[in-house]
Amino acid sequence: MIKIEKRNDVSRSIYFLTPVLAIFLTLFGGGIIFYILGFNPIEALKFFFITPISDLYGLSELLVKATPLCLIAIGLSFCFKSNNWNIGAEGQLIFGGIVGGGVALLFYNHDGFYVLPIIILSGAIGGMLFAMIPAILKTYFNTNEILVSLMLVYVAKLLLDYLVVGPWSNPEGFNFPETRQFSKTARMPILFDGLRIHAGIFITLINVFLSWLILYKTYLGFQIKVSGLSLKTAKYAGYKGKTMIIIVFMISGACAGLAGVGEITGPIGQLHRNISPDYGFTAIIVAFLGRLNPVGIIFASLIVALTYLGAETAQIFLQVPKYTGQVFQGMILFFLLGSDYLLFFKIKFLRLKKNEL
Amino acid sequence: MSFDLNFIGILIGAIMASSVPLILAASGELITERSGVLNLGVEGMMIIGAISGFALMVVTDNLFFAVIGSMFSGLIISLIFGLLTQSLLTNHVATGLALTIFGIGMSAMIGKNFVGIPGKEFPLLFLNLKESIPFLGPIFFGHSIILYFAFGLPFLTNYFLKKTKTGLIIRAVGDSPTSASNQGINVTLVRYSCILYGGAMCGLAGAYLSLIYTPQWIENMTGGRGWIALALVVFATWSPIKVLIGALIFGGITILQLHMQAVGLRIPVQLLSALPYIMTIIVLVVISRDSRKIKLNTPTSLGQIFYKEK
Repeated sequence: MIKIEKRNDVSRSIYFLTPVLAIFLTLFGGGIIFYILGFNPIEALKFFFITPISDLYGLSELLVKATPLCLIAIGLSFCFKSNNWNIGAEGQLIFGGIVGGGVALLFYNHDGFYVLPIIILSGAIGGMLFAMIPAILKTYFNTNEILVSLMLVYVAKLLLDYLVVGPWSNPEGFNFPETRQFSKTARMPILFDGLRIHAGIFITLINVFLSWLILYKTYLGFQIKVSGLSLKTAKYAGYKGKTMIIIVFMISGACAGLAGVGEITGPIGQLHRNISPDYGFTAIIVAFLGRLNPVGIIFASLIVALTYLGAETAQIFLQVPKYTGQVFQGMILFFLLGSDYLLFFKIKFLRLKKNEL
Repeated sequence: MSFDLNFIGILIGAIMASSVPLILAASGELITERSGVLNLGVEGMMIIGAISGFALMVVTDNLFFAVIGSMFSGLIISLIFGLLTQSLLTNHVATGLALTIFGIGMSAMIGKNFVGIPGKEFPLLFLNLKESIPFLGPIFFGHSIILYFAFGLPFLTNYFLKKTKTGLIIRAVGDSPTSASNQGINVTLVRYSCILYGGAMCGLAGAYLSLIYTPQWIENMTGGRGWIALALVVFATWSPIKVLIGALIFGGITILQLHMQAVGLRIPVQLLSALPYIMTIIVLVVISRDSRKIKLNTPTSLGQIFYKEK
């Protein structure tokens, strides 16, 4: 006999344990999918989750992928905490990349120490401005931010395409859809020789710390959390909703823009059509998996980054498409959301007494 | 002159064809949203419908099975959304996003072996009438049966919501689940049914793309149409007939920009391709500006979790 009861208070340990449960369920579900596809599930999961990080290069790649994911997710946590559904981080990333890349091309012949900081800053501003479009339309025209931010992803992608094919394409590039390689001063410093891990990871870590500071130690952070919990309370307390909406979008846009500029000055080194393998969308999953908590998001970004690496390895060894990573990412989010049920409800297994039978 | 007129007829026919997936998906989503459920997984359900329709066509060589199968798989995948949001009370927005990400990944995984296989010719009705009547022929004839169904669907949906008892129940559940529940209506069951119906329609919309509109399988071939369909529902302020009008406008923009690209105007191709998305934003702004009108038409409980204490 099973009885379901509503919990009176949410247990903090369960709150952070359900993501772990979700990951295990995802592994189980992934195993079943691999089995259906005709693979040995244990072996396939090993290729997916263990092989990619069994050497130093793999670990560095894990951090290379986690760097933008964590940064974007940190930004998104501001939006999601206050019930603003910015799902166009991918577009903000691309637009940040475009602005940063444009500046990098502009400073092509300069080699001062100031070049890289200017590029990084302009990328952040680019992402921020792009995120302000849905924010301003939401606050002043009551427009649905989900749809606007998403439509802008397509616009940003097409703008990037236009630039790398047309005006910004490499003059010596035989008409390939890409810009020049950025000059050395415009590149993120590499941390270790032979590995791709770059200084962008520090930008991410600084941002994690800053967001923790803002969210938990400032009045703004308090306002964000209150408006997320109850809009009515926030209004009653006299918080200026409009300003806050624009601020959270600006923060998350700047983070996505920074991630974009980190990618193009880091591992990529130029602009081309595909500067992001959907980091902006995947970061949504990272944000939820990390419970919108800065530290949680660090762990979540590492786990989700692994699905990218796993998909690449599986593509080589098992000949499955790289989209397999997305299947895993979708499953993680499904299981995570589903297991939240345990937060609010107690499932009791009652033993029937003899006289009840 | 008659040639020009005939060309315009063909153009209108093309616009109608390109609006079909939008009409189907948006009409399905409209019913779902009217019951108070916001399913952002339209794109994911469409792409699953597209690959399952195409795969079934290749495997069974039977277009009927392919179409029915695509609807069935759209229904199955929306069942995941239903289980999560209705039984496990998860957040609608997040669950819908997960559904889209999962659907795109899953479709690419299934579709791996179907890339590059040519499609099968889908039977078009009244082809002789299309040829013999100038102007009106290409508008009204020579389409697939799914197109005729899609153009009837908004009227059926409108009738269903306004004039039938089931339609009334759906609207009641969407506007006030608590009082509907007090009246003895099983809110969860109604919402499940509406989610599954929406899933089936999105599946069909996907199959239209992979079987008729561009008969082949391409990864990510829905290309944001699911999101435009979602925007259409808002644009239409939850009224089925306006969905039809909106879909035709967007179909018109799509076809127009394709023609402008073909003519070779000196406007960048990318700007033309971005037009449907930019237009969506502009239209949303214009429609939503009047917040009172939106509030009046939005199903009151849209996106809210309903839990009945047992």
